[in-house]
Amino acid sequence: MTLTRDPISPAALLALVSAPDCGGTCVFFGTVRDAPEDGGVTAIEYTAYEPMAAAELERIRAEAGQRWPRVRLAVRHRLGLVATEEASIGIAAAAPHRDDAFAACRYVIEEVKRRLPVWKKELRADGTMLWVDPQGRPAVVGPG
Amino acid sequence: MVRLKFLARYAELVGREEMELDLTQPATVRDLVRRVNDQLPAARRLPDHPFAAVNLRHVRLDAAVSDGDEVALLPPLAGG
Repeated sequence: MTLTRDPISPAALLALVSAPDCGGTCVFFGTVRDAPEDGGVTAIEYTAYEPMAAAELERIRAEAGQRWPRVRLAVRHRLGLVATEEASIGIAAAAPHRDDAFAACRYVIEEVKRRLPVWKKELRADGTMLWVDPQGRPAVVGPG
Repeated sequence: MVRLKFLARYAELVGREEMELDLTQPATVRDLVRRVNDQLPAARRLPDHPFAAVNLRHVRLDAAVSDGDEVALLPPLAGG
């Protein structure tokens, strides 16, 4: 469960959770997407309250471990500039059976969305940068 | 002394990332927000009821703040 400034490798994430007794592995990747209707997004810059984000990730892992004791989890969340189509978050959950793997993976991404102190600034095709407020409209902070 | 941190967009709005404040005990996060508004005019640009954390945990605005705590004001979260 870590914050990283490096690209997230699906193979490396899978290697962290694979085990002989795990017959089902669920992997979720959240990627930066373009938004042509908003003028085009070329990248997102992620910032965090890093000590709290690390602590919150660890709490989420512990909660998932209590709910699904046999699930093996790995999570990576990007910080810094992440280009369109690159992954901003990768989650792998492996379990003896698929139901627990899907449930734990879903739990982690929903809790990350709800609790992780991370913010993003969209870099638009026209050079403007916008803080993204998931509850409202972006606020212009760059030129233009 | 309480360390108050402004994160992400709030740091830009206020023009600084953190400050230290003396608080009369007992105090809550809400008291701290009021106090910073009095002391730092730019802080009035922040919402009246921001999300907050004390010592790296999410809290409500009526949470207690003690000497030595690190309090953070958090814009709406956008991780994932």
